[in-house]
Amino acid sequence: MTGTIQNEGTFLNKIAKNLGRAPITKGITRPVWKHAPQFEVLKHATPDDLVNELQEQCKRVHTQFHLTDSKQVAHLLKQVIEELGNGQLIIPKDDRFSDYQLFDVLNEKGVHVWDHQAGKKNIELAESANIGITFSEITLAESATVVLFSSKNHGRSISFLPACHVSIIPKSTIVPRMTQAAAAIRSKVNRGEVVPSCINFITGPSNSADIEMDLVVGVHGPIKAVYIIVEDK
Amino acid sequence: MAMKTSSAKFKDRVDEGIHNDFMRLAVSSAQERLHGRRLTAVDELGSWEDWRSLGEEIRQHVLSNLDFYLHQLAENVSKRGGHVFFAETAEEASGYIKDVIVKKKAKKVVKSKSMVTEEINLNATLEAVGLDVVETDLGEYILQVDDHDPPSHIVAPALHKNKEQIRDVFKEKLAYTKTENPEELTAHVRGILRKDFLSADVGITGCNFAIAETGSIGLVTNEGNADLVTALPKTQITVMGMERLVPTFDEFEVLVSLLTRSAVGQRLTSYITALTGPRDEGDVDGPEEFHLVIVDNGRSSILGTEFQSVLQCIRCAACINVCPVYRQVGGHSYGSIYPGPIGAVLSPLLGGYDDFKELPYASTLCAACTDACPVKIPLHDLLRKHREVIVEKEKMVPFSEKMAMKAFGIGAASPMLYKFGSKMAPSAMSPFKTGDIISKGPGPLKTWTESREFPAPSKESFRDWFKNRETGGKPS
Repeated sequence: MTGTIQNEGTFLNKIAKNLGRAPITKGITRPVWKHAPQFEVLKHATPDDLVNELQEQCKRVHTQFHLTDSKQVAHLLKQVIEELGNGQLIIPKDDRFSDYQLFDVLNEKGVHVWDHQAGKKNIELAESANIGITFSEITLAESATVVLFSSKNHGRSISFLPACHVSIIPKSTIVPRMTQAAAAIRSKVNRGEVVPSCINFITGPSNSADIEMDLVVGVHGPIKAVYIIVEDK
Repeated sequence: MAMKTSSAKFKDRVDEGIHNDFMRLAVSSAQERLHGRRLTAVDELGSWEDWRSLGEEIRQHVLSNLDFYLHQLAENVSKRGGHVFFAETAEEASGYIKDVIVKKKAKKVVKSKSMVTEEINLNATLEAVGLDVVETDLGEYILQVDDHDPPSHIVAPALHKNKEQIRDVFKEKLAYTKTENPEELTAHVRGILRKDFLSADVGITGCNFAIAETGSIGLVTNEGNADLVTALPKTQITVMGMERLVPTFDEFEVLVSLLTRSAVGQRLTSYITALTGPRDEGDVDGPEEFHLVIVDNGRSSILGTEFQSVLQCIRCAACINVCPVYRQVGGHSYGSIYPGPIGAVLSPLLGGYDDFKELPYASTLCAACTDACPVKIPLHDLLRKHREVIVEKEKMVPFSEKMAMKAFGIGAASPMLYKFGSKMAPSAMSPFKTGDIISKGPGPLKTWTESREFPAPSKESFRDWFKNRETGGKPS
C-alpha cells in the first residue's frame, strides 16, 4: 500500500526559489566524490587480519570474543549459555541453526524459535528471555559490529529485549568496515530487492555515559554481548 | 521546550553559569574526555582531512540539490507505505503529529532523543492534550523527571548535573531508594522505561540521516532506546530537519563514521539502525503505521545566503566540546536548545536576532570550532558574519559592546588620546593587579576576570617598546 505525501509542492518550490533556480525533481546523479578514504581502511587485510582486528576491537566495546570452528561451535555455545546464567533462549527462524547443528544444545536449554504466526507472543517471550541468539549477516572488523536484517522470521525484539545478546559470526561474513556493508546493501537495491524494514548495525551491549560521563553498560538493550566467530565449514 | 530555553537576560544567564562551580567542573571534564576520545579516534582512522573533505562535499551536494533529494526520499517512503508530511513551521509540524496521535486515541508516547522535536516544542503540544510523553534517552529522561530542566549539550543533555543531584531528583520523583552509583541509577530507569516501551501506543524519533535512494531513516544511539521506540509501539512518527539526508547508503556510511567519531570518539556507536517504511508483511514487531515529518522552520531561508554552510551540520557537538567560551559559561548560558559555536550560529538564524543577538559575541573567534568540524563548516567566519549583520543591517549591537567601542572610538580617534589612554592603563589598573595579572577586574573586565585572569597592562606600551627598541631599549 502506498502512503500519502502532503504539502510537497510549496515546500520544495520555496527551497528552489531560495537556491535561486527552478525546482529539480529528477535528473540529478551523484558526482564521483573527490576523496575516498573509506576504501583505504584495512584495504590489504587478510581474513585472519580481519579476525584479529575484530578481536582487538571487542575489548573496547565490552564484548566477549570466541573463535571456534563448525565442529566445536555447539559445545562452545553451550558453555557461553551457561556462563550467561542459562534461562530462556530466543532465536530467529534461520536455517543456519540446524546447518551448524545447534538444536541439540538449544533444545536442551529451552529455546523459542520466532514464529510470526504466534504474533505478539514472540515479543512476550523475547521480553522474558535471558539470551537472544542471532547469526550476523555482515560483520564489520573495524568496529566489531554485527549486521542483522529483520524479516517475518527474524523479529527486531530478539536482539533488544533479552538481557544478553549472543551473535554467531561465520568468518566469511567479516568485512573491513561499514563501507563494504553499505555496498552490499546497495547492490541488493540495484538488483531490485526490497530493503528489509529494519537493518541493525549492533556493536556490543547497550550503554550510556549520560551520568557524569561514566560509562554504564546495559541501559535499554542487552547488558551483555558475546560474539562467536566460526571458521567456515 | 522551544528553541528559547530561558527568558533571563544573556548577561544574567552567563553570570549564573560562571558561578555554578559544579557545572563548570563537569563541563570542563566532559569537554576534555570527549575531545581526547575524538582525537584518538581520528588519529586511528588516518587521512582525517580527506574524510572531512568528503563529508563536506557530500553535504554541499545534498544542499545544492535539496529539493531533488527530498522529492526522492518522499517518493520512496510512500512507496513503502509510509506517510510524508512537509511542515513549513514548527506549529504545522507539531500540529500534524498531535492530530495523528489523537486520531489513534493513543495515551502513551515514547520518544528517543531528538533536537528537532525540542525545536518544534512537541512535548508541550502533546502534553497539552493530555498525552503521557516519555523521553527514553537516559540524559533526556533525567531532565524530564527534573521538571523539564533544559538540555545543556546536544549529545549529552544532562551534562550539567552531578550524580548526587540525579539521585535526589529520583528520590523525590521516582521513589528511588538506592545510592548515587550511576549503575544503580541507570538500572532503576531501565526498569521503569522497559514498561513504558512495552505499553506505549506511539513512538517518536528524530533522524540522524535519511537515505533518499531507499526512503530509509538512519538512527544512531548507544542506549538502543530508538530501537525499542520503533520496534514496539504500533505507530512510528519520525521528525527530521529538512537538510538531514544523504543520497544513498554509501554516503550514510561516511557521515555516520564522521558523526560517531566526532561526537563520542567511537568507531561506531552501539546501535545504528536503518528503518524503511512500516513493518513488512508478516513482521510481528516494528510499527504498523509510519509517518515522516520533514521540518523547515526557518531552514529554507538560510539556503542561498552566506550562512548556507551551517546546514551541513550533522549535530556531533565536536565544536561545543572544544569551545573555550562554552567551557566557561556552560550550555544554559546560551538560552537556546542549540548551545556552543553551532548554537551561536544557528540560533539567531532559526530563532531570530531579537532573542539571540548576543550569541555571536559569545565567541573568541579562535577557530577551534572550525578546525573540529567534521564537515568543514567555517563556524568562526559565520560568527563574524553574524556580527556584521547585527551591526550593519539590524543596528542592534549589544550594549556592552557599544560602550566599549564608543570608548575605544574616542580613545583611538586621536593619536594623543590613544597614547594617553594606553599610558594611563597601568596606573588605572594597579589597584586590581597582583603581579602581572588582574584577577578581579572592574567594569567590562569583571565578567572576564571572574572566569580567568587578564594580563595586566605593561608599564611600557607596545608603541613605546617598538619605538625604544631602535634605541636599544632606552627611552628616546
